[in-house]
Amino acid sequence: MPDVALVAEDARRHFRAARGVVAPALIFAAFALVPLLAAWAGQKYLLDVAARMMVLAIAAVALDLLVGYGGLISFGHAAFVGLGAYAVGILSAEGISDALVSLPVAIAVSMLFAWLTGIVCLRTRGAYFIMITLAFGQMIYFVATSLERYGGDNGLSVAARNTVAGWPLLKTDHAFYYFTLACLIAAYLFCRALVVSRFGRVLRGGRENATRMATIGFKVRQFRLVAYVIAGALGGLSGFLLANLTEFVAPTYMSWQQSGELLVMVILGGVGTLDGAIIGSVVYVIAEEWLSGVIENWQVIFGPFLVLVVLFAHGGLIGLRRRLWRFGHG
Amino acid sequence: MAEPVLRLEGLRKSFGSLIVTDDVTLDVMPGEMHAIIGPNGAGKTTLINQISGLIAPDAGRILFAGADMTALPPETRAMRGLSRSFQITSILPGFPVLENVALAVQARAGSSLRFFGRAAAEPALNAPAMAALEQTGIADRAHVRAGDLSHGEKRALELAMALAVQPTLMLLDEPMAGIGREETERQVDLLLRLKGKLTMILVEHDMAAVFALADRISVMIRGRVLVTGAPEAVRADPQVITAYLGEQME
Amino acid sequence: MSGTLVLVQILNGLQFGVLLFLIAAGLTLVFGVMNFINLAHGVQYMLGAYLAVAFYGVVGNFLAALILALVAALAFGLLLEFLIFRHLYDRDHLDQVIATFGIILFLNHAVKMIWGAAPLALPMPDFFTGSISLMGGQLYPVWRLVVIGAGLAVAAILYLLVSSTRIGMLVRAGSTNAAMVSALGVNIQRLFMIVFGFGTMLAGFAGIMIAPIISVEPGMGDNILILAFVVIVIGGIGSIRGAFVAALLIGLVDTLGRSFSIDILRLMLSPSPARMAGPAIASMLIYVLMAVVLYVRPTGLFPARGR
Repeated sequence: MPDVALVAEDARRHFRAARGVVAPALIFAAFALVPLLAAWAGQKYLLDVAARMMVLAIAAVALDLLVGYGGLISFGHAAFVGLGAYAVGILSAEGISDALVSLPVAIAVSMLFAWLTGIVCLRTRGAYFIMITLAFGQMIYFVATSLERYGGDNGLSVAARNTVAGWPLLKTDHAFYYFTLACLIAAYLFCRALVVSRFGRVLRGGRENATRMATIGFKVRQFRLVAYVIAGALGGLSGFLLANLTEFVAPTYMSWQQSGELLVMVILGGVGTLDGAIIGSVVYVIAEEWLSGVIENWQVIFGPFLVLVVLFAHGGLIGLRRRLWRFGHG
Repeated sequence: MAEPVLRLEGLRKSFGSLIVTDDVTLDVMPGEMHAIIGPNGAGKTTLINQISGLIAPDAGRILFAGADMTALPPETRAMRGLSRSFQITSILPGFPVLENVALAVQARAGSSLRFFGRAAAEPALNAPAMAALEQTGIADRAHVRAGDLSHGEKRALELAMALAVQPTLMLLDEPMAGIGREETERQVDLLLRLKGKLTMILVEHDMAAVFALADRISVMIRGRVLVTGAPEAVRADPQVITAYLGEQME
Repeated sequence: MSGTLVLVQILNGLQFGVLLFLIAAGLTLVFGVMNFINLAHGVQYMLGAYLAVAFYGVVGNFLAALILALVAALAFGLLLEFLIFRHLYDRDHLDQVIATFGIILFLNHAVKMIWGAAPLALPMPDFFTGSISLMGGQLYPVWRLVVIGAGLAVAAILYLLVSSTRIGMLVRAGSTNAAMVSALGVNIQRLFMIVFGFGTMLAGFAGIMIAPIISVEPGMGDNILILAFVVIVIGGIGSIRGAFVAALLIGLVDTLGRSFSIDILRLMLSPSPARMAGPAIASMLIYVLMAVVLYVRPTGLFPARGR
């Protein structure tokens, strides 16, 4: 009796673990095949769309780390993306366009911003945190719009994609695409490891019951700050890739609407799964591309769709799949 | 005379015009099982919250092993050897039972700023956690989701989490609240076995348990400590009988 | 930097602050009583302005348009409450944020579809057009003074309502413990509806009053919503008094900062870097102020709840 239960529990855990490997592996394989598909169909556009999905997915995975595992609902995540992008843009405008400089700078700037704002944000909880991250994101947005020298409201073109030690290694779309995929896989694997590590467990415990964690002896705020800075770093990476992908930087990259979109991606796929963030990015970009072709103001359809998702599809797409699975198995 | 493990000096706390802690001065000696009893609303839990650091007193000092910890946050107090269980169960419901306790162990087991390696598989954390679970009798539920436990099992988990860190001082806030006879007996047995090995403050309403376990008892009424003394003395004290025990013994 | 210029900017700052208060009051009430983060509050402000423009086109009279728009805004707000919001009160904040974000997306673009993307104008009442002369011969628009007056009047009414009426008492009680209020037999759903409706009207009223002096366009509620959040975070979520103090503070700091940042910086730096850094620093001012306040008091200046 107990033995059978333990065996069943064990089997379920292994199945879940296997599924946990298969799903992302399939997604990455699909991404890897897109350039071939695009070449075969003669649609370069597919490559651009998929690259954009991956860039946003990196930011979304970082956000899921905060939201799903840390319980920190950040509505200012786009600020990190924007800062990373502007690092590339500003350096380029000043004549520095080597990735060996702009990538570390992009990440460092985002981490610094995350650290400085995190020190303030993380003293608050719940709704305050949401509003403060929103406000800080807005602050960076307005700073960007006030930078007349770097395009102000209209943004700034990046002269060319970053070189690597002088070599135009990222110049071709294919090379850049696979570099982005490599970054996504690395970011994903890092976050996957992080959430089951000692650090991740403290973070997750803090989400469940911060008071208890404190009386156990954990300075939860410090752990959250580290998580916030890590999320900032990944956001900066995403921004670096975005600036190179579009060869353009604009304040809209750090607008609160963009922060909202990143949150939408996370919940669409399923909060607290990491895979969900990637799935959510894919679904969101597809929805946006498809709907905006159907109707110019596609948000009048997407907005109510979001409301319906929240009201009826709790747990996003992954949750929906789990519920259908359970439903189908009695 | 030995140094008290815990010394409360003139502790005061009010919420608005309601005085919940009224000039409380108390010593808890090493190895002692010190019970705090009193009617509901006497301010027992608030006192425990002040000792563990979740509430800041308005006035007074809290000295732990001679050091003033009145201004220290709960995390620091925990790391200095203070542990507690909560009156209203406060566990990590989404985690398996073993991980709840393993986290408590993890806090004292080196740095948690490790980003790699599966924490849930670390024997250095799981072994002491398992031992605590065995002590409290719920080792067979180790892999169950903590939120799915019965109430009695959750109270045992509370106790296991407080024990796992091998504390210097353990604060037990109504550990037997709402659990059945059998589980109460098991807990009392466990606490008897722990007596002398660590210092404990026990807040409880279950008088049988209190008189079986306590070395000394402090009676709190309306935020003040009415009397502190050996169980027989307290039991016989006329003030205590009138104010509290008289009703309790019905 | 003359005295009258400073006075003009102080008045502008007050007017902006009063506007922020009208929006923040509804926001903080709804959050304080129902624990509901309503991002869609900004579009309620926008809707007030658009409805006023629409009704003005029909009736040609500002006051009539104001009343009709208020009623329509209230009706729409209550419809949203009935259909969507009341199902979100029990949900976690993330759900509330995503759902209300969806409503913002919807309304910002629905408004664009109905009225077009070009900014619209609402004429102010004839009686209040024109300017009055301040000291030193500087002219100041009467309507802005009307806005300040109206805002202060609403603040006074709100204060009286909350502190002296039964409903106000229930609101204050609900702010601290909604479950208890419900247990005392009060129809909590009706209380929530009243609070929400009132908040919606305040936002709509702000939109209508400000419409004559700004451009009415899609998305006009977004930036001011975020400022309203800054206000209630500084003031303390759930506190009307906090919202009032913080709103005026932010209105003044932001306006004066933007007007005089370059001048102030020129005292310390040479003109060129001052001109470059000025706008950037001005745009950061209120957020830095927010950061400072929150560092010292993480729950704001006058927190209503015990959390």
